[in-house]
Amino acid sequence: MLNKLWGGMILLSIVVALFTGNIPALTNAAIESAREAITLSITMLGILAMWTGLMTVAEKAGLIGALARRSRPLLRWLFPDLGKNHPAHEPIATNFIANILGLGWAATPSGLKAMKVMQEENPKKDTATRSMRMFMVINMSSLQLVTISVVAYRMQYNSINPSEIIGPGLVVTAITTVVAVAFCKILDKFDRKD
Amino acid sequence: MNWMLFLSDMIIPITFAGILMYAFSRKVPVYDHFVTGAKEGFFTVLHIAPTIVGLLISVGMLRASGAFDLLGGLIAPLTDRIGYPAETVPLTLMRLVSSSASTGLLLDIFENYGPDSFIGRFTSIMMSSTETVFYTMSIYFMSVKVTKTRFTLAGALLANFTGVMLSLMITRYLYP
Repeated sequence: MLNKLWGGMILLSIVVALFTGNIPALTNAAIESAREAITLSITMLGILAMWTGLMTVAEKAGLIGALARRSRPLLRWLFPDLGKNHPAHEPIATNFIANILGLGWAATPSGLKAMKVMQEENPKKDTATRSMRMFMVINMSSLQLVTISVVAYRMQYNSINPSEIIGPGLVVTAITTVVAVAFCKILDKFDRKD
Repeated sequence: MNWMLFLSDMIIPITFAGILMYAFSRKVPVYDHFVTGAKEGFFTVLHIAPTIVGLLISVGMLRASGAFDLLGGLIAPLTDRIGYPAETVPLTLMRLVSSSASTGLLLDIFENYGPDSFIGRFTSIMMSSTETVFYTMSIYFMSVKVTKTRFTLAGALLANFTGVMLSLMITRYLYP
């Protein structure tokens, strides 16, 4: 899909430039953007290396597993249909915690596993269960505590205080997650049990 | 100082302290693991650098062609009515579809308006609190062949819409 999007954007820019008379600016924009992408990558090399380094320490120390075990009571409340010690609890918790910490590489495999385990007990294979819906909506409500890449981008473009957006971002993220849970809990009330 | 901005200053030191103290209590060789992870992050960036080159070129050309200004002019009458910055509409929509393409648009906003402008701050907070809904939906549901998702999309879009609007309100409140 990115293929069509990318090619389409460039072709569109050429068509638009023909009409607006901005053709001379296009060449410069292409070359300048390519250069900029590399200076940006250099800034990101340092910041992302720092962040993944720190998160690897957390992962190797077993922090994800420890947090996952602590979240059992919360999971039982979020997913009442799954029952007490369901095999989906572990991948669900790992997915949420990896998302919260911004560990994309750990989030996707556990998320897919959670869906697979929930699908095994699904009586209607083409229809999402209430648990799947809760899991997906929370997952897509944005859970990440610190979006370090946005801080890196801000730094690259000479922000006076690149990290000032972390706190507000955290507050909004928390509220969107509450909205997501409330939405599913209200729908659950109207849906028949699976 | 506002408590949200105080949180911004505190979260990175707290994260370091929390992880390091936990790791020490588990007797984990922290520096060794840090270097291993840092190497991984380093190569991740090297790996995605060509993607960034590609995306910045397409967004940069689109900007230079005047397409964004045309689009902004077209939708401004609508967005002005609710006080939404028209310049950020392409980013808001792209955010739902593609993480990398929306990053390209975010960088374009930083370059043209600055990260400390109203628009720059708003989009920074918005990018931190929204997700690529359509991408995630298709990956996860396709993996188990579920086609009837029972309002999952509606819920995800509602959460994202809340995120966008709250980001705008908080930016207004913090930086009047």
